[in-house]
Amino acid sequence: MKANCWMGTKKMEVQEVPDPKILNQHDAIVDISSTAICGSDLHMYNGLLPTMDRGDVLGHEFMGEVVEVGREVKNLKVGDRVIVPFPIACGNCFMCQQNWFSMCENTNPNGWQQELVWGHSTAGVYGYSHMLGGYAGGQAEYARVPFADVNPLKVPEGIEDEKVLFLTDAFPTGYFAADNCDIQPGDTIAIWGAGPIGQFACRSAFLLGAERVIVIDRVDYRLQMARDAGAETVNFEETDGLLLDVIKDMTGGRGPDACIDAVGMQATGGGVLGALDHVKQAVKLETDRPLALREVFLAVRNGGRVSIVGDYAGVIDNLPFGAVMNRGITMRMGQAPVQKYYRHLLERILNGDIDPSFVATHTLPLEDTPRGYQLMDNKEDGCVKVVLKP
Amino acid sequence: MNVRKTVTINHSPEELYTFWHNFENLPRFMQHLESVQVSGNGRSHWKAKAPAGQTVEWDARVTEDEPNRLIGWQSLEGADVQNSGTVTFTPATGGRGTVVRVDMQYDAPGGPFGALIAKLFNEEPDQQVFEDLRAFKQVMETGEVVRSDATLAGTRMVQRPGQPPETWPLPESA
Repeated sequence: MKANCWMGTKKMEVQEVPDPKILNQHDAIVDISSTAICGSDLHMYNGLLPTMDRGDVLGHEFMGEVVEVGREVKNLKVGDRVIVPFPIACGNCFMCQQNWFSMCENTNPNGWQQELVWGHSTAGVYGYSHMLGGYAGGQAEYARVPFADVNPLKVPEGIEDEKVLFLTDAFPTGYFAADNCDIQPGDTIAIWGAGPIGQFACRSAFLLGAERVIVIDRVDYRLQMARDAGAETVNFEETDGLLLDVIKDMTGGRGPDACIDAVGMQATGGGVLGALDHVKQAVKLETDRPLALREVFLAVRNGGRVSIVGDYAGVIDNLPFGAVMNRGITMRMGQAPVQKYYRHLLERILNGDIDPSFVATHTLPLEDTPRGYQLMDNKEDGCVKVVLKP
Repeated sequence: MNVRKTVTINHSPEELYTFWHNFENLPRFMQHLESVQVSGNGRSHWKAKAPAGQTVEWDARVTEDEPNRLIGWQSLEGADVQNSGTVTFTPATGGRGTVVRVDMQYDAPGGPFGALIAKLFNEEPDQQVFEDLRAFKQVMETGEVVRSDATLAGTRMVQRPGQPPETWPLPESA
């Protein structure tokens, strides 16, 4: 089959690789109809995520038709149309039973690599470095899906792929970010980052009852997309370095009730500290550039909530932890436990509460995947999200 | 060398003890183990894979056996690798399954064969025992040893690219 392989920093190649097989009897094989590039795939594209091997098949947002199931699979059959969540969960361990599917205790056979840097391991993820399991990803014609009774969600026929594809990651991740804000009537939620996750966090915050949502980014077409959803926006490059003052002014001097970091380790901007972060990251003294993270802690109101879904992989410097402690800030974060949310969110889509296809600005054949990475990474041609068709 | 590793598994001590106590089950999750033959009187014969297609073998006897709580073993004289240890099964707090703890001591002989053994057992021995315990948890909780494409090349420490294998199972030399 054809698959998008990581061959080095900024080197993606669509290659011919072996078709996946049933390796365990709880597996299913999915014939992929649509698959997307995630903002987090850009970390690997840019060489910021360690434990990559040449030839690793990338991609963790895919859907398609079940074409084979292992003997132990009870809930799926050949011909079912499914979306596949990015975290691979076993469904039976302590963490899965608490709905923390993204921290499954059983699905990362390379958990030992994570334990070296993170203390404990998390769930395996398709096509997302060896540290997160070393599973072949879904930017391919077919994928093997472990624990097929637990992970894939059946979706009805007759609804277009683009409306349900983002149930695999971007929509539940944005919804999880908003859910972690514990939104109360009258709340104002500020969101750093207007990429796909920020867009879904923005819409989810409204779905969960936020009165105002403020979205911060530096790319105008992305901010326009947030305004289309009813958000107020700030282009931080137009604030003369006074973003925090602008936010404070917009929120009556008190600050947002909750702030979401939907940016993560590849943040841009940040003045002197930001320049220092770039240098440290380049020479590996610091793995992550926490520019947005510093701002959310300073911006949020006293006793407010900070919700983090932007990716961080390692260590960060100069976090204003005095602000977190003295101002009683609650932090909630994590990789989204997609399986906790996807049924509810599918209902929301079928109800017409939201149509996630707004985020798909570009559709390319699988063969053009490297071009898709360029479009997303450079934010060319109004690109927010790329959908690939195998 | 001493190794101590602990994992918590979502099953009762009875279920875990019973599975483990049937030593012929152990190769299902102990990566290097090829076979265990139980010969009665608490004695058993163990065969493990060593690098370069070699095998190491030893006989062992059960030294302690407390149903649903503890199993102790010791290798007999003439073992390629002298080893002994205990595995205990303790209820976790709040009904959250069972804490399984392995305490193991082993001693590899000298000489070239010893070096081979050392390679088998000393290469991150802590981690090897932990990987086996983790696989025990996987088998008990999910019914299978979890595999990713990158971890199909023999031991889990050896990585191949995260792309589907040409054939499965992989040839032994892979």
